[in-house]
Amino acid sequence: MSEEPLLAVERLSIDFETEGRVAHILREVSLEVPARRHVALVGESGCGKSVTMRAIMGLLTTPPAKFRGGEIRFDGANLLRLSGREREALRGTAMSMVFQDPTSSLNPVFTIGDQMGSILKYADRRLKRSRNAVERKARIAEVLGQVRMADPERISRAYPVMLSGGMRQRILIAMALLSEPRLLIADEPGTALDVTTQAQILKLLRELVEARGLALLMITHNLGVVRESADHVFVMYAGCVVEQGPTHAVFAKPRHPYTRALMACIPKLSGGGAMRGIDGSLPDYSAPPPGCRFEPRCPLAVSACLKAPPHFEVAQGQSAACWRLEATE
Amino acid sequence: MEFVYFLIRRVLWSLLVLIGLSITIFLIARVMPGDPARMALGPRASQQQVQDLKVKMGLNLSLTEQYERFAVGLAHGDLGLSFLTKRPVNDDIRETFAATLELVLVTIVIAFAIGVPLGVVAAVNKDGWIDNSVRLLTIFGAVMPSFLLALLLQVLAGYVLHILPTTGRITPDSPVIANITGLLLVDTLLKGDLAGFWDALRHLFLPAIALSAVTTGQIARITRASMIDVAKQDYVEAARAFGVPDAVRIFKYMLRPAFVPPMTIMGLEFASLIGNAFVVELVFVWPGMASYGVRSILQKDLNALMGVVMISGLFFVVANLSVDVLVGVVDPRVRIRGMRA
Amino acid sequence: MSQATAEVAATSRRWRRFRRNPTAAVGLAIVALVVLAAIFAPWISPYPDHVGAVVNFRARHQPPSAHYWLGTDNVGRDILTRVLFGYRISLILAATVLIFAVPVGVVLGLLAGYFGGWTETIIMRANDIALAIPPLVMALAVTTVLTPSLVHSMLAIAALWWTWHTRLIFSIVRTLRQQEFVEAAKTLGASRFHILFRELLPNCASAILVKTSLDFGFVILVGAALSYLGLGVQPPTPDLGTMVASGADFLPERWWESLFPGAAILVAALGFNLLGDGLRDLFDVESV
Repeated sequence: MSEEPLLAVERLSIDFETEGRVAHILREVSLEVPARRHVALVGESGCGKSVTMRAIMGLLTTPPAKFRGGEIRFDGANLLRLSGREREALRGTAMSMVFQDPTSSLNPVFTIGDQMGSILKYADRRLKRSRNAVERKARIAEVLGQVRMADPERISRAYPVMLSGGMRQRILIAMALLSEPRLLIADEPGTALDVTTQAQILKLLRELVEARGLALLMITHNLGVVRESADHVFVMYAGCVVEQGPTHAVFAKPRHPYTRALMACIPKLSGGGAMRGIDGSLPDYSAPPPGCRFEPRCPLAVSACLKAPPHFEVAQGQSAACWRLEATE
Repeated sequence: MEFVYFLIRRVLWSLLVLIGLSITIFLIARVMPGDPARMALGPRASQQQVQDLKVKMGLNLSLTEQYERFAVGLAHGDLGLSFLTKRPVNDDIRETFAATLELVLVTIVIAFAIGVPLGVVAAVNKDGWIDNSVRLLTIFGAVMPSFLLALLLQVLAGYVLHILPTTGRITPDSPVIANITGLLLVDTLLKGDLAGFWDALRHLFLPAIALSAVTTGQIARITRASMIDVAKQDYVEAARAFGVPDAVRIFKYMLRPAFVPPMTIMGLEFASLIGNAFVVELVFVWPGMASYGVRSILQKDLNALMGVVMISGLFFVVANLSVDVLVGVVDPRVRIRGMRA
Repeated sequence: MSQATAEVAATSRRWRRFRRNPTAAVGLAIVALVVLAAIFAPWISPYPDHVGAVVNFRARHQPPSAHYWLGTDNVGRDILTRVLFGYRISLILAATVLIFAVPVGVVLGLLAGYFGGWTETIIMRANDIALAIPPLVMALAVTTVLTPSLVHSMLAIAALWWTWHTRLIFSIVRTLRQQEFVEAAKTLGASRFHILFRELLPNCASAILVKTSLDFGFVILVGAALSYLGLGVQPPTPDLGTMVASGADFLPERWWESLFPGAAILVAALGFNLLGDGLRDLFDVESV
């Protein structure tokens, strides 16, 4: 990746302060999303991927969140240095989010057209574009077409309760596309839906990346989805990125003990073998391990692991943060 | 269509409630020990007069027959004859009904106009000083006896500061206001009678404040809780993620779904509102149904009492039906699924 | 964590929350004061004999002074004394009403919520009818039909009060009914009685506690309104509502005769309200 990626998170550290206790949620998280690429951020529940996502979008409330270091660069500019207003200007316009649960992410008491119209109206205002009602309707219909929804007129007049889950998810994506964003962040796309519908949604996202040149950052805990769609993957554990690389490489040859354990957990259809989990649980973020955060659960841990490991390059474009990489060749 | 079925069911429920109410109040009234006819006429009336009154009122019939009469009368909108005034209760009530209706309507308007914004601000400012002040106000509204508040207001604004009238609906000896709806505020405006409007408003002010204290607090509290609940919903964060400006987000996006619980509570509160109206009307000598009711109770005028209770019940039932309709308007989920969310 | 440690942890959590929650503490303090004042009224009031049919014409309409801390009323009786004794009446009224209304309401709510079907329909429809009657109106009707007295006002208020508890318990039980522990109990062959009273009821306990605390205050208010209208306790027994009414004739010059009894009502209602509010925060009950 020679040019500056569209989104670059560099050594981001975030603490959460509640009731006098400080939880060190993110520690030096770094990731990149170039344009025209589908990047996945993968990890188990509670590993901090949602926090990362919200930090990028600027949705974290400070307090209780506190930024302890690092940068989030979008299109070259450090988002953390921008004012609230400037960040708000970017939201929904240059960078958009697709929410996870299509049932609860749409306001039940307004029509789809109403909601999309509002979003577009205020986005236009921030972009200093002026569209009248007719033009807005046209844009809404256009976007609904992009997500392959037939009969945009009927959809506009409908209330969320009248539509199926799959349709609602498409609408959420359409909402994100209204102002032609350059970065799309998808939070667990399709998890709330059945597998078939989820596959369609993922296909749709894929098409959007290729056809419209979007940068897509997908947040998920589902490795199967990552393998199917993503170009590049960042694996997160307990607030740190432990491994990253092109999807096929990481899946073929995971190098970090955590990634390896994760892959081993996926039940295989052939070859037998019992279902395995990973012993132990996520650390207490208010008193995390001083060094590598996976150390308490790691079968390869040694005393060196009490110091935080940096990322070592293991292959072309792939790196892992571990002192014991020689053991995972 | 579902919504229509829903409404039909609610109307039927209301009818059931009214029937049940009529039976209940009838039984209570007739269970009374003593002779109502004798009491109405006083100790010096002759036995014959008492007997005549009994026949006239139908008191000599069996209980079921009496109830039948009552029920049939009700169905026709006839509430029987007052023991005291010997006039149809209907007439007596009609005069006083409008006064109470006006007071109650204004109270509801105040409760919403002040309560909802307070609740919204308290929710947005959660745990801040505004929130705590609103909470304090709500508590005081809830624990202040309405008659005490009425008395205090009367003394303060009326006698001490002399800025507002303390009794009645209009200044005595003022020119007659045409009786179109019976609601003075409306009638005076329809006639372009601004002086009369102002007069009626001034008289309404204190009783309405006294009456609305409790309800406004309740509405504020419920609105606050409801807004906080809505704020936790995903679609609110989604709106933020899409860059919808805060003011719009709060007042349009959040308020509309949050509006349903206050409305529902208002429907339920109606019963205690009418109860409080009794006391407030008495203090301010408001010529409303409540004071009529109290007087008829003190005079043991049973038919009048039954009439007042039935009308109160009707009030309540109509209020709740209105709430159901309004909820359907605001929340499409109710409309489409045909039931309370 | 073992069961015991878990429970200790839960209690100490609650205690911490209670201490950080001034509302409950203040409410409890006020309620305690009121209750103690009522209980010890005969001993702490300065003129205990002013409770009866006593007339003290020389000391009529005295403003608050060193002799009579809250002043005297229109026949010269010490208002402080009468307020303290008046608290007795209010508390007895509230307690009696709730002793009947709460169990009746809770049981009906349990039955309606658990069994559903016809039981539910009958109970909840009756409930709806009762809700449509303003409590004060009902109380007025009943106390008229039967002569006004303390007992009759208690009867009248209790006759409607159970409805609120039925409604509350009904909605809680309906949600609980779906939960697994009910299924589990049924599979284990628990009798219906057991399920109702040993499984479902304890889950309603905090809601009942909160609502009852709040209700104490509300019943006191309704009782006061009733006696303000002259339909409650009859003179010369001291009652806060009656005192406000008789003092009202002498407003605004002799303000103390209405204000102090009125303030006393307010304080009692406030105490129970704060207590109930605080308990609600403490037990995290939202649906009350």
